[in-house]
Amino acid sequence: MTKTIPTGYEPMTSIEAITSGLESVGYISTQQISTAVFLALGLRKPILIEGPAGVGKTDLAASLSRWLDVPLLRLQCYEGLDEGKALYEWKYGKQLLYTQLLKEKLNEVVGDEKSLESSLAKLGSFEDLFFSEQFLESRPLLTAMRQSAGSVLLVDEIDKSDEEFEAFLLEVLSDYQVTVPEIGTIKANVPPIVILTSNNVRELGDALKRRCLHLHIGFPDHKREQRIVQARVEGISEDLLNQMVGFVQSVRDMDIKKRPSIAETVDWAKTLLLLHANALDEVFVRDTLNVLLKHESDIAAVSGDVPKLVREATSGKPAYPGQMAR
Amino acid sequence: MDRQITSFIRALRASDVRVSTGEALDAARAVSVTGYADRNFLKDALRCTLAKSPDEVVTFDELFEAYFATRDIPGGKSSDTQSDPGSDAPYTDIDPVELMESGDEAAIAAALERAADAVDADDIRFSTQVAYFAQQMVKQMGGEKLQERLMQAFQERSEEGEAEAERLIEMRRDLTLRARERVQRSYDIFGKGETEQFRNDFAENKKLSAIELSDMARMKVLVARIAKRLAVKHSRRRRKKNRGQLDVRRTMRANAGVDGVPFNVVWRQKRRERPKIVVICDVSGSVARYVRFLLLLLWSMKDVVPDMHAFAFSNKLVDVDDILEDNPFEHAMDIILRVAGMGSTDYGQAWSDLKTNHESLIDRRTTIIVLGDGRSNYDDPRTDLFRDFSARAKRTIWLNPEPLAAWGTGDSEIPRYRPYCSTMNHVATLKDLERAVDDVLSAYS
Repeated sequence: MTKTIPTGYEPMTSIEAITSGLESVGYISTQQISTAVFLALGLRKPILIEGPAGVGKTDLAASLSRWLDVPLLRLQCYEGLDEGKALYEWKYGKQLLYTQLLKEKLNEVVGDEKSLESSLAKLGSFEDLFFSEQFLESRPLLTAMRQSAGSVLLVDEIDKSDEEFEAFLLEVLSDYQVTVPEIGTIKANVPPIVILTSNNVRELGDALKRRCLHLHIGFPDHKREQRIVQARVEGISEDLLNQMVGFVQSVRDMDIKKRPSIAETVDWAKTLLLLHANALDEVFVRDTLNVLLKHESDIAAVSGDVPKLVREATSGKPAYPGQMAR
Repeated sequence: MDRQITSFIRALRASDVRVSTGEALDAARAVSVTGYADRNFLKDALRCTLAKSPDEVVTFDELFEAYFATRDIPGGKSSDTQSDPGSDAPYTDIDPVELMESGDEAAIAAALERAADAVDADDIRFSTQVAYFAQQMVKQMGGEKLQERLMQAFQERSEEGEAEAERLIEMRRDLTLRARERVQRSYDIFGKGETEQFRNDFAENKKLSAIELSDMARMKVLVARIAKRLAVKHSRRRRKKNRGQLDVRRTMRANAGVDGVPFNVVWRQKRRERPKIVVICDVSGSVARYVRFLLLLLWSMKDVVPDMHAFAFSNKLVDVDDILEDNPFEHAMDIILRVAGMGSTDYGQAWSDLKTNHESLIDRRTTIIVLGDGRSNYDDPRTDLFRDFSARAKRTIWLNPEPLAAWGTGDSEIPRYRPYCSTMNHVATLKDLERAVDDVLSAYS
């Protein structure tokens, strides 16, 4: 297998190293996540991360890049994204400007040529000037290939792109090289760590799924969520942390439209901190419920249960015993 | 690639997790990185190479536990017994009595594994084969010897002989039981998925009118699966590039920065129409069963086709959108049958109700789906109204549960409606329904 780890990714020697490395930059990993990252390096495969919004899919890529100290190249997908936006483009404007400026020089260049053919041939020999690196606008995919010390390439929300783009991406990711017809093939010296994320707006093609390692990040359990909030929000008291995470965990078990994710928990922790709350109480919770829940109907549904949930969260017992976080 | 992995992948495939050869190779490479020593590590590694959707992850987790719970993991501790020189001897050399007497659980388990291997217990496909395989396994493990000793004990005709026979019988029962358990496990891993698959295929092609209530649970799962399949197929993007037609305005704007020289050309895009479905169901006795499945299928696709309206009638036309919206499906069906299912069928009345109350629903992007047998009790079929609807709508699809031969017999008005339908199909099975709905949605792409 990979006996030697490519430059740029040296710290990734074992799963434990990945877990602790990610933790050092504030990302609380799980064994599943670390294993996937480890294998991504070992098998040189992209990771496709699925899961609800706000559980740290994008953040994994950012944290990896921060930890490894390699550049993060982000490609946000949307409907209509095409190669020009993802790979490279010629700087048309600059090319145009230069040709305009060099117009006067034209006579000097072809001046001494007699026939049309020979002057055309002479011009032809300058063609490469205008299609050189100088006029190449490098987009994330190409930039990632050109990093000499490795990089993290994040293709965010791939499910929002079109199928054609998905197919094109497959081609690039299969051998980590890009061909620019006018210049030649650019091959990555050190293949980037590729992370694709999906929110399941549409079902991804089988071909893409096959070529990726699949990682599903779900809602965290109580302990992990507590650690995440602790890493993200400074100065929150142990008690309050325990109570609010307990509360959020119970809310997730309720039948609501959009279950709060880690991002919301972190926001809520910050809110409570700002309000100088020392412990969870009904009034605080009711006033700040809109940070946690994003639908009017959800807020209404949870409001009724607030006293019960708060009581259970503060007494340290789970609100709905028997129900595990799904 | 080692045998544990290939055989585990076979089990996954049997349980409807699609694993490609490429993925199998990835799994093998992953294992070569992880090794078998740490089971959790192995599980995570295999999971991210083999299971690629939430459903598959669930199946994977179950199977992994079942599969690796009992099997020897190469490189693990138990492989010592495999490399044991004694194990190379033919299995029939084992004396089952000695083995069972020794009480060495590890040895017994190893012997069971070997016997299971020898009779290819993993090839089991149906639960009815369990007994057969178990019997074969006992035979492999020297069941005949046990039998011989049993006969001997009986022939002694003494007190001790009887006691010995009793003991041996007990032993045989224990052995058979263990063998059965072992085969059952194989069946759970390898056979169950395939049997399910077989049953599902069968149910999909079974006549809807012949489906028992006990099968409803299975049918519901199937319908949900079909709905998902169709949804994936038809929830693609709604815009289509129309190459060849220049969007002058947007091209000029896009190239304002380069002095209006059109480097970036913008083509006109054609917006696809959103599907709009009006489904009209005859819920009189003969057709009601089919209505259940059609509505279940269509309502499962509400996310893809939000613009969907359902009506039920036997004579008076009833708008059933709200009933379906507010109640669990089975309950909603009962209500629908109660409010709309009474009375003798009158298609003409239904059309005129549609005309007076809901005509505005039918426009050029509407597909009208009619589910009915067209038996209108010799009343005026009001083909004039039906013709108008058909002319206004994008398409009109008639699904008829009666076979072709019965069309137009007795009070069937089918031949008079037929000219105004885009298509008129006989639907009998779930497959037919899937095809019909697929056809409706395909017209919008």
